[in-house]
Amino acid sequence: MAVVMPQATTTKPATVAQRKSSTGYLLLFPGIAWLGVFFAIPLVTLFATSLQTPIEGKTGKYQPGFDVGNYADAISQYWPQFLRSFLYAGTATVLALVIAYPLAYFIAFRAGKWRSLMLVLVVAPSFASFLLRTYAWKTILADDGPITSTLNTLHLLPDGRLLNTWVAVVAGLTYNFLPFMILPLYAALEKIDPRLVEAASDLYASPATAFRKITWPLSMPGVVAGTLLTFIPAAGDYINASLLGSPKNRMIGNAIQNNFIEFRDYPMASALSFILMAIILVLVFTYIRRAGTEDLV
Amino acid sequence: MTDQPRQVEDLHLRNLTKKFGDYTAVDTLSLTIPAGSFFALLGASGCGKTTTLRMVAGLEDPTDGTISIGDRDITGTRAFERPVNTVFQSYALFPHLDIFENVAFGLRRRKVKDVKPQVERMLELVELGPLARRKPAQLSGGQQQRVAVARALINQPDVLLLDEPLGALDLKLRRQMQIELKRIQTEVGTTFVHVTHDQEEAMTMADTVAVMNSGRIEQMGHPADIYELPRTVFVANFLGQSNLFAGHKSGVTGDEYVVSANGQTFAVPTARCFTDGDSIIVGVRPEKMTVLDAIDIGKIPEHHNRVGGRVTDVSYMGVSTQYLVMTAWDQEIIVFEQNVVVGDRSAVGDDVLIHWSPRHTFGLDGSAGTTVGVDPDVLELEAVNQALASDDSAG
Repeated sequence: MAVVMPQATTTKPATVAQRKSSTGYLLLFPGIAWLGVFFAIPLVTLFATSLQTPIEGKTGKYQPGFDVGNYADAISQYWPQFLRSFLYAGTATVLALVIAYPLAYFIAFRAGKWRSLMLVLVVAPSFASFLLRTYAWKTILADDGPITSTLNTLHLLPDGRLLNTWVAVVAGLTYNFLPFMILPLYAALEKIDPRLVEAASDLYASPATAFRKITWPLSMPGVVAGTLLTFIPAAGDYINASLLGSPKNRMIGNAIQNNFIEFRDYPMASALSFILMAIILVLVFTYIRRAGTEDLV
Repeated sequence: MTDQPRQVEDLHLRNLTKKFGDYTAVDTLSLTIPAGSFFALLGASGCGKTTTLRMVAGLEDPTDGTISIGDRDITGTRAFERPVNTVFQSYALFPHLDIFENVAFGLRRRKVKDVKPQVERMLELVELGPLARRKPAQLSGGQQQRVAVARALINQPDVLLLDEPLGALDLKLRRQMQIELKRIQTEVGTTFVHVTHDQEEAMTMADTVAVMNSGRIEQMGHPADIYELPRTVFVANFLGQSNLFAGHKSGVTGDEYVVSANGQTFAVPTARCFTDGDSIIVGVRPEKMTVLDAIDIGKIPEHHNRVGGRVTDVSYMGVSTQYLVMTAWDQEIIVFEQNVVVGDRSAVGDDVLIHWSPRHTFGLDGSAGTTVGVDPDVLELEAVNQALASDDSAG
């Protein structure tokens, strides 16, 4: 993150960063090689696959081609799943931000000696597998479970259930990606000099104003990083939708998975993946522009 | 700055106390800081000066006592409700706002009209007009310091608090900023309360200095008065340097006490003596003393106090020369002599007589010892030197 505190920048010697040395490039090599072999090449292959045409009479067999029609089919056939993905992921991201911000704020400024323990607790659920945790939510939100029955007694559930509804999918997404929201937020908040807040209150800012004018803008890099780290994987996720949702709640991840594994329609699956990637890229760039933290990318 | 003169009022601290657990940082402090004065709270770290400042700012709640400006008691109000602004030690400039918005911050919070001309005038005062659109990180330390001053002053506070504002600057810049701050203070007429551990800074800038020690004020007054006539051993050692001889009262002649110390007798004017007890510490500032060759004993003016010894160190410092003289009872005396005459200096090993006028002698309460207020590092160094010296004589 290039948005930094003043103390750091005033003392930082510029020469170190600017020193030209071949060592720097050598250090980059393993990463570049890794990206090349495991990201760039598969990406090209995937793109080629998305343009393939089926071989007549043989299901699951395709030949190289330039069939842009795959993309048109993908959008016309699966636009509801795309829409749902971004809606669910967006809702989950906003919820995660609302839950994570106060928590990260508390850990950064108020936790004192409990700080490290609380950070470990934030990450602790990740010691269990993603799949397992999502299954656990099946039990938590089950029709005869405590949450559903309590809400039903209060007549708060129009459908009478939580599991297999969009609420369950969004809840699962929110829960599963919460640490990815908390950690960047914590990192950004922890860097804020508490004396800046004191200075603001010295300059006639009430606690609420000091938060709005100082803490919030200075935590922006964390907010942007956290929302991206939550939104991007959530938009492409298929486990939450398939375990916690009904067929009416399927997301684009499910469509990609089905096309690859069940229908063996590789060009369709590839086209869907590419469209998802393109939409996310456009969204992310617009978002970063709007948030005013271009330094982040 | 508005152009009509403003009614500035005195700042009163009454029985102000702050405890952190069992530790008393500020101990029943009572103090009136006159309106429009440049007031310095001087003390070593941990003496309670910063805590006092933070209580005035509203950033710390006093355990007991009151703070008021004129007749208004502000003890219970919160920081953002007080007509007081602070220049923080690390400046605490808002890194995401440019210089203009940093300075405008207080005005905007109070929904003041015509922010732009006011900020521009303020930046003019601190000579930062052309840098208005820079971010704090793009400014030098001295410039950041001036932004911090401008950001606080633009609100026309009743009291401006400065928390070691020059601590982060190098020596040359610090001198320059001292003059600058003094100029700004004269120009705006606001009460400045300046917290510092740098005695030279306190003396050059403030019209009133309060020397703090262990949460209390040891002595307060005009810098020259405190320096010339310290009332406690702490002040004598902390503010400048002093040569102190522990002794006891052995008689009175006219308006002077006769004090015996280490087999010598010293005359101390009764008006310059701050103890009724028999145990008295005789003190004198190093620059008030004159060094003579031992054979020139006849040149000592009649009635002057005198001490004999051997020169152990001579440091030529251009304007003056610093002598270290070891007395017969192994006490090191420090003497500054102005270099008025070229080439006329005592050398290491010379037997000398040091003399000074009783008018420059002061008497302090002898119960606390002579080392209170001396920089602990210096004490340690002296102990090491003495150990080395005894090793030498043994070997």
